[in-house]
Amino acid sequence: MTWTAVAVLAAGTLALKAVGPLVTGRRLLSGSVAGAVAMLPPALLAALVALQTLGDGRALTVDARLPAVAVAALAVWKGASLLTVVVLATVTAALLRLAGLP
Amino acid sequence: MLRQALVLGVAVGAFGVSFGVLAVAAGLSWAMACAMSLLVFAGGSQFAAVAVVAGGGLPAAAVAAGLLLNARYVPFGMAVAPALRGGLMRRLVAAQLVIDESSALALAQRDDRDRERAFWLAGSAVFVCWNLGTLVGALAGSAIGDPAAWGLDAAFPAGFLALLAPLLTTPAARRAAAAGALLAVALTPLAPPGVPILVAAAGALAGRAGRTRDDEPAVVRT
Repeated sequence: MTWTAVAVLAAGTLALKAVGPLVTGRRLLSGSVAGAVAMLPPALLAALVALQTLGDGRALTVDARLPAVAVAALAVWKGASLLTVVVLATVTAALLRLAGLP
Repeated sequence: MLRQALVLGVAVGAFGVSFGVLAVAAGLSWAMACAMSLLVFAGGSQFAAVAVVAGGGLPAAAVAAGLLLNARYVPFGMAVAPALRGGLMRRLVAAQLVIDESSALALAQRDDRDRERAFWLAGSAVFVCWNLGTLVGALAGSAIGDPAAWGLDAAFPAGFLALLAPLLTTPAARRAAAAGALLAVALTPLAPPGVPILVAAAGALAGRAGRTRDDEPAVVRT
């Protein structure tokens, strides 16, 4: 890694992050675009959940994360708080790894 | 909401420690590791860039891999932007704080005021924890274990699931979520890291139907 590479990565990343806050901003979007942007949160969050549960670089793997997220889903369904959900998932994954699961 | 922001911050902080450890092990100075966390502030891309360099890749390849992973912050930023107030400087600072956790906590809120508050709370908490974690990891080195052994890698999908669940109140939102998850998983073996989540976002746009800006069910499905 070089300082130049760090600088380019930082500048490029900020440019990507700034498209929303600085370019599209609070402008009222036309009907169809607004409808589409309103669907971004569930789609992006669901994609994150799926990738962080099963993803491993370019591979899909089933490991301790999947049962941990299943426990989390049960807790969410029962109305648990974010803290409870996160702690339950972490403890489940840690115990399963202690038991030898990858 | 503050407590939720702190939960996300602590989980991210643990990964900041592991980033510091890995970066120094890959040959970065502690100053460079800390500069990356301060200036890039996008964990996935930082891990990817360091891994590319550690594997003998060129810095240019590391930058390309990192930027591809961070392309998802374009749709994330667009989704949170309508809730962000203030002038150019304030928006520029907000832009630096656009990351998975701040966006997720913001987008889980019902109105723009709460979204803005959640965004700044989670963004600041994660920024502080990620950078402190990196510093600790870079200085303490490999004396610290792998956070995955403690199950912390399961904390993120679990947390995002908790934030996703309240959004699934309309059929259109459930369709978008299902499409996003399926597209992301299906494309993971086929496309470079970073691309699946972008396509998942595009899928939501393509599949949008039955919702207007006010979340009223639309009469005509387009």
